[in-house]
Amino acid sequence: MSVTLTRVEPSIAGVGDYIELMKPRVMSLVVFTALVGLLIAPGHVHPMAAFTALLCIAVGAGAAGALNMWYDADIDARMTRTAARPIPAGQVAPGEALAFGLMLAVGSVVVLGLLINIIAAALLAVTIAFYVVVYTMWLKRRTPQNIVIGGAAGALPPVIGWVAATGSIAVEPVLLFAIIFFWTPPHFWALSLYRTEDYVRAGIPMLPVVAGARETRRQILLYTLLLAPLGVAPWLLGYAGLSYGVVALATGAIMIALALRVRVEEDRAHTASKQLFGFSILYLFLLFAMLLVDHASGGLLSHCAA
Amino acid sequence: MTTMDGMVSVAMDEPKPEPGIKLTEQQQRARRARSIAIAVSLGVLVVLFYVMTLVKGPGVLVRPL
Repeated sequence: MSVTLTRVEPSIAGVGDYIELMKPRVMSLVVFTALVGLLIAPGHVHPMAAFTALLCIAVGAGAAGALNMWYDADIDARMTRTAARPIPAGQVAPGEALAFGLMLAVGSVVVLGLLINIIAAALLAVTIAFYVVVYTMWLKRRTPQNIVIGGAAGALPPVIGWVAATGSIAVEPVLLFAIIFFWTPPHFWALSLYRTEDYVRAGIPMLPVVAGARETRRQILLYTLLLAPLGVAPWLLGYAGLSYGVVALATGAIMIALALRVRVEEDRAHTASKQLFGFSILYLFLLFAMLLVDHASGGLLSHCAA
Repeated sequence: MTTMDGMVSVAMDEPKPEPGIKLTEQQQRARRARSIAIAVSLGVLVVLFYVMTLVKGPGVLVRPL
């Protein structure tokens, strides 16, 4: 029997490479939506408890990002948008990324469970598992519905924030979940419309690759037509005030207009889908920011009235 | 130097080669930065547990489902 010893090169990964593994831009959106879920929840949360909950949610999101990069390193290397990520760039070894992601995942869930509450920790564990196992390992390379179903993982952070504050689930965080869930397909399909070549090269069955640009544009419009009324729903159901309702109506109308342009203007489809992609980020940010503003001003008004 | 019975001998004043992997300057810098980041993270965790124990008081042990 012969034993082959392979020499392991010492790591050259810096702290910045590990931060990049955590997908900081995705993490910032996760933290923001979780913050809104946490702050609009009824009752008072101690600032230190809120900070701890957000830190755990951020680290959990980072863990999911690192595990995603570990599993997807082969396809990341083939796509222009992702080729410079730490693993395909040779800065971080796949094993290091796996160990880092697993450690952060376990750490964030355990700390959230110990210091905040167990339901929030369980939800964070489900979110990480859903993103890594269901989306990354199972759906991403198999079906054009990958981002539709996988979008549930990105929609859960406001629910975790709410549960961290209250210890239970209510209608409001479920509504926030639904908004992000239906926002995800038009957002990512708009991106995939002008990055189709990348996805073809990597062999990922995104909707434009599998069903063509025309069908993708139709589905973008359909999902946007579902999304815009959902965006207004918190105001219609009495969970948010008029200022939120006005912003949700106006920005929802712009989303529909942009989705219509993507559907109609075949000649300038790239420009239209880039505009929709860009505005969809602003749309989600504005909706959640207005929920915060509305909540803060409502609290201020009731404080003044008292 | 090889002796008659095939053994390799090393003169006493010759420096012995250090066993193991020798890190380059870049690898040493990266390792130091990672070590500092790990130390800071552990410090933050300790402070977090300490402060949250103060914030929650006796309720720190209550974990309703």
